[in-house]
Amino acid sequence: MNETQDLSVFVRHPAEGVAAMDLVVEGVHCGACISTIEKGLGRENGVRGARVNLASKRVTVEWDEGALAPEAILNRLSGLGYPAYPFAAGTADSVAGAEEKRLLKCLGVAAFGAMNVMLISVALWSGAAEAEGWATRDFFHWLSALVVLPTVAYAGRPFFDNALRALRQASFNMDVPITLGVMLALLLSVVQTLQHARDAYFDSAAMLLLFLLAGRYLDSRMRRKTRDVAANLAAIKAEKAIKLIDGGEAVETPIEAVQPGDLVLARAGDRIAVDGVVEDGRSEVDQSLVTGETMPIAVAPGAMVYAGALNLTGALRVRVSNAATGTLLDEVNALLGKAIEQRSSYVQLADRAARLYAPLVHLTALATFLGWIAAGLSWQPALVIAITVLIITCPCALGLAVPAVQVVAASAMFRRGVMLNSADALERFADVDAIAFDKTGTLTLPQPSLANAAEVAPEDLALAGSLALASKHPLAKAVAVAAAAKNPLAAHEFPGQGVTVLHEGKRLKLGSIAYCKAEAEAAAVAARWPDASLIAFRAPERVVVFAVRQAPRPDARETIAGLAREGYAIEMLSGDRPAAVEEVARELAIARFSAGLKPADKIVRLKALRDEGRHVLMVGDGLNDAPALAGANVSISPISAAHLTQAQADALFLGDRLAPVADALHLARKAKRLMVENLWLSAIYNFIAVPIAILGFASPLIAALAMSGSSILVTLNALRARSAGARA
Amino acid sequence: MNVLVYLVPLALALGGVGLAAFLWAMRSGQFDDLEGAAWRAISDDDLPEEKREEQGPAGASR
Repeated sequence: MNETQDLSVFVRHPAEGVAAMDLVVEGVHCGACISTIEKGLGRENGVRGARVNLASKRVTVEWDEGALAPEAILNRLSGLGYPAYPFAAGTADSVAGAEEKRLLKCLGVAAFGAMNVMLISVALWSGAAEAEGWATRDFFHWLSALVVLPTVAYAGRPFFDNALRALRQASFNMDVPITLGVMLALLLSVVQTLQHARDAYFDSAAMLLLFLLAGRYLDSRMRRKTRDVAANLAAIKAEKAIKLIDGGEAVETPIEAVQPGDLVLARAGDRIAVDGVVEDGRSEVDQSLVTGETMPIAVAPGAMVYAGALNLTGALRVRVSNAATGTLLDEVNALLGKAIEQRSSYVQLADRAARLYAPLVHLTALATFLGWIAAGLSWQPALVIAITVLIITCPCALGLAVPAVQVVAASAMFRRGVMLNSADALERFADVDAIAFDKTGTLTLPQPSLANAAEVAPEDLALAGSLALASKHPLAKAVAVAAAAKNPLAAHEFPGQGVTVLHEGKRLKLGSIAYCKAEAEAAAVAARWPDASLIAFRAPERVVVFAVRQAPRPDARETIAGLAREGYAIEMLSGDRPAAVEEVARELAIARFSAGLKPADKIVRLKALRDEGRHVLMVGDGLNDAPALAGANVSISPISAAHLTQAQADALFLGDRLAPVADALHLARKAKRLMVENLWLSAIYNFIAVPIAILGFASPLIAALAMSGSSILVTLNALRARSAGARA
Repeated sequence: MNVLVYLVPLALALGGVGLAAFLWAMRSGQFDDLEGAAWRAISDDDLPEEKREEQGPAGASR
């Protein structure tokens, strides 16, 4: 490519006279890679330094402003054998990063507090105070207060803030009972200490925070890791557009730097990178990744084209637009808004547990208080016992029960190529009992491939493949790939028609049916492969017609059969024409399918399924699927999906296989089961501990043992989400 | 029990030093790349140039 590149959007300026850029680097995996990259770049003139982050597979490079062009760094890196892609961190990333750091800081402080207060508490439990008298015990209690009060004031902030926010909006979450429990425990302990009483619960408060913070931190760390990988993938597959400046000079520009109103060049064989209106040029465009329609459509000046469409035959100049009215994009956006509005809100398991748990616990505490007064105790000891009940029941295991499973399950999914986009997706996946698939790009592979290679004589295929290398047309590329052709023929291309060459005295042609005069043969092939695009090859005496189609994903048939066996209702919703859809449905043995659906029709169909009481998983990739993805109970997209679509999906899956979709469902079911199990474990713990507390037998030692015991049990149980998830 | 008067503050101070070290490590980005640090430890950048040549291409810096 001869165009110059413009990378200025990615360059940061951390200090005066210094420029810096973050890059995603492919293939970095060990220490040798680190030193190769860092030294290789360091040797470049003007580079101040390079630092590899192996965990996130990114490199930060700093150089003297103006000493070299950012492209030089990319070239140098690919010269070293590490293709690199510029990367701009979004603001959402830095906010989440700061939040994670804050949690880690709180965790460190809470660990410090818990450790030191335990030092004192263990001495108290083992009887130090009994031997020494109340003065020593009070001294130890004051020391505990000295450690714990500042610790809680700092490390408890994430919970206090959340609880306050929830209360201000007159809603309720898990942080409210947590905050209440911690506050009461501290208050009670201070009062007890002032009155020279035997028991104080400073250590319980510190430990509770430690366990809960550990759960929160793990949760946010897992989510950040998922986001990092998604951002890396986005950077690697980031499309570039060829921007025409003042109608003349062509500059290769990252999509981020293309503004509405710019003029962009789309060459034949390229994917169009922007939404816009054709200003100049005629061509055929394959919109299958946008609308699901596999038939190419003709475009002329004034026609609207969409990002992701494949430009087949001629060069186009496209005027970038973002909000043209009456277009597909407009329709999709309007439907999206409606679908999101209609989506039934899902209440997370943890929140449901919290809603059930909090009133129950608070009523029990109140009943304990009143009960003891009725039994003749004065109000002060009765209040102490009631607060002990609250401390004992504080949702330590409850706070870990769900996040621990989520972390383990999300990392198990990650290893199988599924990345979760939203926090509650895991639970919604578990409830699914019906699956709606899009066809093009979802059940089928996004790249077209040769369908009838086996029926063509090998020498014809080889010749056609060599000829195909001379063309940029996507159909020709599919032929070249199928023939594994290496040696191009010096052919002449007639744009929009085909390529031709005089080879060993014979005139060879590869191109459209009309160009090769292959109408008769084409009819037979078209009948056999109704969903295929055709391309013909003519050696003077022989004619071959190739059927190029988007083949189903290699494991689609088994995966779908497996899912159907497990009782999922499978359905295919496609925007493509009926003949093509029927063909794929037959091949994959899908009984229920509909063709020619507009985005709005897909939503109607999903709504009908939901009204039957089904929980629908939508699997789709096209721009036309975005509203359906938003309208389904839960959704998943292949990583090749359109940007807008990816943003709507609850999860993304990688690779050519469909199996990750099934894996995600299995892992989610298992995770949900473990979450419920964990919630029951913490409930059982309460059934045992609460009577002890109500009767007034609870001591700080019992509280500490029960709390850590149940937390560890729940965490160990969560680890089981890692294995056996893939079994059917 | 007078020993407590200086033992307890000592224990707290030691814990405090640990906490301060942790906060410093976090602020200076020590936890940003846990995998890379493991590899950097075994790279032999600190050896003089000629000695590294003898020891083989671990640096792979060509």
